[in-house]
Amino acid sequence: MNPEELLFAKTHEWVQLSSTPQGETIATVGISAFALEALTDLVFIDLPPVGRRVTAGAPFGEIESVKAVSDLYSPVDGEVIEVNSAVAERLDRMAEDPYGANWLVKIKVTGQVDRSPLLSYADYQKLCAEDAH
Amino acid sequence: MVEFAGWSMPVQYTSIIEEHHATRNACGIADISHMGRIRFEGPGAEEFLAGLLTRRMRELRLGQIRYSLLTNEQGGILDDVLVGYYHNEYGQPFYVVVVNASNREKIVRWIDAHLPREVAEAPGREVIWTDVTRLWAMFAIQGPRSLELLQSLVDADLEWMRYYNGAQVRILHPAARRQGGIISRTGYTGEDGFELSVGASIALDVWNAIVELGKPLGLVPTGIGARDTLRLEAGMPLYGHELDEHIDPFQAGLGYACYLEGVDFPGRDALRRLRAEPPRAVRVGLELASRRVARQGAAVFAGGQRIGQVTSGSFSPTLQKSIAMAYLAPDSAKPGTEVAVDVRGRLEPAMVTPLPFYRRSAKGTLP
Repeated sequence: MNPEELLFAKTHEWVQLSSTPQGETIATVGISAFALEALTDLVFIDLPPVGRRVTAGAPFGEIESVKAVSDLYSPVDGEVIEVNSAVAERLDRMAEDPYGANWLVKIKVTGQVDRSPLLSYADYQKLCAEDAH
Repeated sequence: MVEFAGWSMPVQYTSIIEEHHATRNACGIADISHMGRIRFEGPGAEEFLAGLLTRRMRELRLGQIRYSLLTNEQGGILDDVLVGYYHNEYGQPFYVVVVNASNREKIVRWIDAHLPREVAEAPGREVIWTDVTRLWAMFAIQGPRSLELLQSLVDADLEWMRYYNGAQVRILHPAARRQGGIISRTGYTGEDGFELSVGASIALDVWNAIVELGKPLGLVPTGIGARDTLRLEAGMPLYGHELDEHIDPFQAGLGYACYLEGVDFPGRDALRRLRAEPPRAVRVGLELASRRVARQGAAVFAGGQRIGQVTSGSFSPTLQKSIAMAYLAPDSAKPGTEVAVDVRGRLEPAMVTPLPFYRRSAKGTLP
């Protein structure tokens, strides 16, 4: 995926929204390259099972590095329909493809997506530049 | 970069895990200039230090270094320190006490309170002390190739320098501009290695020279992240985690660093009492079944009862396991005991294991 076409949460998750022929909205969620670089030395990821209900702005899992553990926040309301459990086996190489093979969960969105807290790629880059100082 | 005891320090240069493996397999260099260093000299220095430290000072040989504690009147640990005994260029003895950065101001106040003018200036028993922390930089060069790296850098035979020994040396590299320094075979990683103190004015040049010399040997700069994982695998306590003023040396497994039959020091009588009592808790290692990390403060349970808490935890790059140190009730502290650790609300199975988690292979045996 081209990161410039994604939306980003201030908590460093990215989301790609797509529509199914049935008119449902599917959110694919991952972690930004910036966040992976800042975390370094990943040792563990905890992802929810298929069927779990998630809430926008609430944690759906956690990612742990040698340094610290961070919650993963859902950018949308909905239900987990697919989990990329292969990621757990290649955490040390996760930063090689954060916007493609290393997506984390797909969520069937409930209701309308509230895009107001989400940032464009350009705005997210600005946020990261500020965070880096 | 993070703030640590008033110093700005790198958590990692590249990756904690890579820096950790480099130290275990080749060598790593860490800037440990934050460590407090206090120099004592004068005819009364030995007697003064013996009256403050838990360890005997009397039979220190020239160049010998000893691990010791400072305790308060209740026997709680004020700090854990290394005391080195050296001679200067004129053959006069001096001591260097290396204290934790986070405790330096407290220990300076403690020394001040115990060294009134009439003691410091007692005729024939004078004590002169200097906080040299900001005058000297200090680098830890650790790992199996550190001897090879440093041998040509100083005018002392490092191969025959014994563990916990040190010497005042001349640094032979032009970067040192013919200045001297102190090198010791000590460290906080569980590997063979050295700690080198040099004047602050040449520190950056000496650091760059060592990094350059070390590149062909696999040397990498290492931050405080790897320093923590290395010392944790080696089962070494860290002040503020395994040690504090409410923990006594016997709980911490540091009874060997207390000599209670000699001269009096603050806390000696309390330590005599504590030595005779069963400990309230003991320091142990834990290996978790999960890769989740049990960090400081995580509660430990056995049979539904809370039996203690984690003081340090991390992911062990060498063992590829989540490991921790903890204080547990003595009857649950035997190696092999199955316990559970509350890692952020979820109980993770763990097993009590002996410390250290990692011991270097016999190949690197020190003289």
